[in-house]
Amino acid sequence: MLRYARRRLLSAAVVVLAVTVATFLMLHVEPGDPARAVLGEHATPGEVQALRHQWGLDASLGSQFRRYVGDLVRGDLGQSYLAQTSTTSLIRARISVTASLVGMATLFSILITLPLAALAAVRQDRLPDHAVRALSVAGLGLPAFWFGIVLIEIFALRLHLFPVGGWGDSFGAHIQGLILPALTASFAIAPILVRSLRVGMIEVLDADFVATLRAKGLGEFRVLGHVSRNAVLPALSLLGINIAYLIGSTVVIERVFGLAGLGSLLLSSISERDFPVVQALTLILATGVVLINLLTDLLAARLDPRIRLG
Amino acid sequence: MNAVEAELELEPVRRRSALWRRARRSPALLAGAVIIGLIVAAAALAPVLSPAPPNQQDLFHVLGGFSSQHPLGTDELGRDELSRLLYGARTDLRVGVVAILFPFFFGTAVGTIAGFYGGVVDAVTMRIVDVVIAFPFYVLVIGLVFVIGPGIRGIYLAFAVVDWVIYARAIRSTTLVVRDSDYVAAARGAGLSDLRVLTRHVLPNTVNQAIVYAMNDIVLVIVAVVTLGYLGLGVQPPTADWGTMISAGQDFLTTNWTLATIPGLAVVVTGLGLSLIGDGLATVLRP
Repeated sequence: MLRYARRRLLSAAVVVLAVTVATFLMLHVEPGDPARAVLGEHATPGEVQALRHQWGLDASLGSQFRRYVGDLVRGDLGQSYLAQTSTTSLIRARISVTASLVGMATLFSILITLPLAALAAVRQDRLPDHAVRALSVAGLGLPAFWFGIVLIEIFALRLHLFPVGGWGDSFGAHIQGLILPALTASFAIAPILVRSLRVGMIEVLDADFVATLRAKGLGEFRVLGHVSRNAVLPALSLLGINIAYLIGSTVVIERVFGLAGLGSLLLSSISERDFPVVQALTLILATGVVLINLLTDLLAARLDPRIRLG
Repeated sequence: MNAVEAELELEPVRRRSALWRRARRSPALLAGAVIIGLIVAAAALAPVLSPAPPNQQDLFHVLGGFSSQHPLGTDELGRDELSRLLYGARTDLRVGVVAILFPFFFGTAVGTIAGFYGGVVDAVTMRIVDVVIAFPFYVLVIGLVFVIGPGIRGIYLAFAVVDWVIYARAIRSTTLVVRDSDYVAAARGAGLSDLRVLTRHVLPNTVNQAIVYAMNDIVLVIVAVVTLGYLGLGVQPPTADWGTMISAGQDFLTTNWTLATIPGLAVVVTGLGLSLIGDGLATVLRP
């Protein structure tokens, strides 16, 4: 286990390093000039030059990168060009919104996936199976933001069960405000999860040990318990990959529901050309994805000796 | 021509007709083909079917309901919603198909080479794939479109950068299996060049997977194009596109809920059709 963990950790570190370089390059070879964008059309070349100097943009690419990495090592993500505060404090104020949204959406997608996949696998090639498969095929092409708008239309505007958007200012309000966005986000990944877990369960259901369990007279429900434990492994690593997609989708979903999280910060920083914030957010979101994939891989290895020894 | 030669001669024809028979028996493929056929026909015939030009404003009849003149009503600028829906199909289908061409060919080529040769080439390619996959899909696409500039060109370039990795990874793993098969060993043993082995013996056995995935990929791309349109980073106004239609319609949910709902349904139905084709192909092409 230790050897596997060390190898996996090392490759995750390499990826994070490469992500840091890629983010930096992506935003520094960009043709648009952030100083020009902030000062507007009418600034004199002297003013633009002064601001570029203040932000260190006139230094060479290499020395800019050394400074960027040096700051990162000390935990400094840079100053926002516009908000006059550190990027770290901007992010700290918003990270809990995005983290809660991702957490709740993950929970919802598991709650949706497990029973549907089990139902489809047990009733294979019968009506429930066809229904679940049709739903998951239709769900693949469902634009998350549009589904969010439809949910707002039905549950907020017509039935008044949930707020149209916003984060609220008490714990109860947070939860209530998150239910529709989290449901929207979970629908972005549930179809893929259902499809793969169904296939996994059908494979396990055909295994010899299941026949043994049935032969010794175990109830169908208990058999399903054994089956799901074996079918959940491939779905687990798939869940890891899909949480990455989910994190990306929250950018759009936060916009639909007016949530002040990292995603909406990213969108507004992009339109205002606030480069340090864009750079920091991209890095944080990508690192989050790497960490989640690392965790699911380690968990899978913990549960399945074939992975850690193979 | 002796019997064996005759058999060899007939083989390809017979295989093709077997594929065709299997295809006709796949209800998913049939249903998907019908749905997509109808949508493509509607998009192609948009100039004939549209009640009005898609960008023709009529400020005296904004946000109008369903009528014989405007079957799906009018939007906030008095443009005919059905016409925009049909022209939007042209835009989004075209962008979706074009956007996957480069990822499909480049990713398949890279995955084949990495899987076939292994070693350093493979290790470097797979690390690059890991890095691209580490970025949350929408974060990377939004960032790239921002860097390149919003619009259709930005979408094509962003997908060229992001999307090939999925093909590369899938094709690499099947190539690894095929590479070690007896018939590839036989072909190499017979002294065929690498290029010939790759194109005649490896690719025909791996490419089906890329084709099946491409169907699901077009769904993903169309959803992404619509999403970028919604964020104002995709297809730029006044060109008709389902995403910008949904985004504009969101402001009128309480009075004209169909403006945002119908373009979204169009995306869902298109996605359903393409996924059904993908599922059908997966069963038909399975060796």
